[in-house]
Amino acid sequence: MDFPDELKYTEEHEWILIEEDVVTIGITDFAQDQLGDVVFVELPEVGDRLETGKTLGVVESVKAVSDVYAPLSGEVVEINEALPDEPELLNTSAYEDGWMLKLKLSSPKELDSLLDAAEYQKFIAQD
Amino acid sequence: MKKTVLNQLHHLAGARMMEFGGWEMPVQYAGVIAEHLAVREAAGLFDVSHMGELEVSGPQAFDFLQYATINDVASLADGQIQYTALCYPDGGVVDDLTLYRFSAERYLLCVNAANSDKDFAWLRQLCADSNFTELELSNRSSEYAQLALQGPRAAEILARLTTADLTDLKYYWFAEAEVAGVATIVSRTGYTGEDGFELYCPTAGGVVLWQALLAAGAPLGLQPAGLGARDTLRLEKAYALYGHEITAGIHPLEARLAWITKLNSSDFVGRQALLEAKKKGLKRKLIGLQLTEPGVPREGYPVLCDGREVGRVTSGTMSPCLKVGIALALVETAFAAGEQALQIGIRKRQVAAERVKPPFVK
Repeated sequence: MDFPDELKYTEEHEWILIEEDVVTIGITDFAQDQLGDVVFVELPEVGDRLETGKTLGVVESVKAVSDVYAPLSGEVVEINEALPDEPELLNTSAYEDGWMLKLKLSSPKELDSLLDAAEYQKFIAQD
Repeated sequence: MKKTVLNQLHHLAGARMMEFGGWEMPVQYAGVIAEHLAVREAAGLFDVSHMGELEVSGPQAFDFLQYATINDVASLADGQIQYTALCYPDGGVVDDLTLYRFSAERYLLCVNAANSDKDFAWLRQLCADSNFTELELSNRSSEYAQLALQGPRAAEILARLTTADLTDLKYYWFAEAEVAGVATIVSRTGYTGEDGFELYCPTAGGVVLWQALLAAGAPLGLQPAGLGARDTLRLEKAYALYGHEITAGIHPLEARLAWITKLNSSDFVGRQALLEAKKKGLKRKLIGLQLTEPGVPREGYPVLCDGREVGRVTSGTMSPCLKVGIALALVETAFAAGEQALQIGIRKRQVAAERVKPPFVK
């Protein structure tokens, strides 16, 4: 399993790519492996305001429905339009083509609570 | 949790394991969709050793089974199999099962894992209450391993390991034969809608049989398959699963099982209640629904008509073959057919669904 060093992570198994005050969010390789074949993705709309800990969207595998929680607060500025038609991108390209959305942060301070790759790997090893 | 004789092999193969009916079972190896498609296009091998096997034998075995089950046992010949069910007096379903006739005085019932103890207790009680004395009931579940070899190439694979003549073995018939040197009941049945076999062998022979089949089948595309694919495969063919489409609270006529409910043959437990239910007219019916918008229907989701709940999904999934959401749903009879548009409530959305005559995949 792959956990790129340039990304940040959460205990809810999301990855975050930080580019100034805009972040890109997706689910980790560990999360997609646990879910199995992803068959449906529900995303918010551009312009929606997300609050940390609230539901951001839904990822469904053949067997299960999983909520995805917003790791940070902010406004959705872009969503991955390819996902509704190709939800399997979450499995095949979790960190690249399977990105879920981009968020313009409203409180950048929240970034301090994110895990780095080593911390995240330690977390899933214990979990 | 109980473990099948193949448990260690599943772990070694990297299968994801889960609890099912009191057993630790593989839910997937390579992935549900890959395994599903392997079964539709080539072949898959399932460990179904969790299934229960109950034996009924003795001079009154026939009379007893004719009384305990809803199908007509008289239509069975030696070596033939029948899909049937046990009902309660009120018509609710105890379990659905396949009934194997070895002789007029010896039968094997293959029942659902989670129900095997309940079924055995139910049969013993029926037997005692109805004064069947020349009869022996035994729960032989722990004595058998059971593997399901399913898919269009199943016969070709099995033929490499047995001298039994498979071309003569018709659907819902069985033969006793050696497979890879293991004494096996070779049953031309399955739960996937594909050609295939369910193979019963002494528990100790399960590992040899599993490994021999995988080795013989690998060049033909055979893959191990888990309960995840077993569920999506049966749902595409609209086969009922106990606890979902049929329960103690859903009777066989509601669940599209009138074809195994022989109300005009001899008396059986539940017959009176089912005759009355039929006379009054069914309140609910099981139907097939296919989403016409993106989404995945799941058990328990409401079926809606003009915003009113008219039924519930009993099983649903994303069909790996059709790539759309499919569901079996128990709905009020007035909405089972006709033109009124139906939706399935998925979280906050109402997703359009059209009635489809099952099976979803022909």
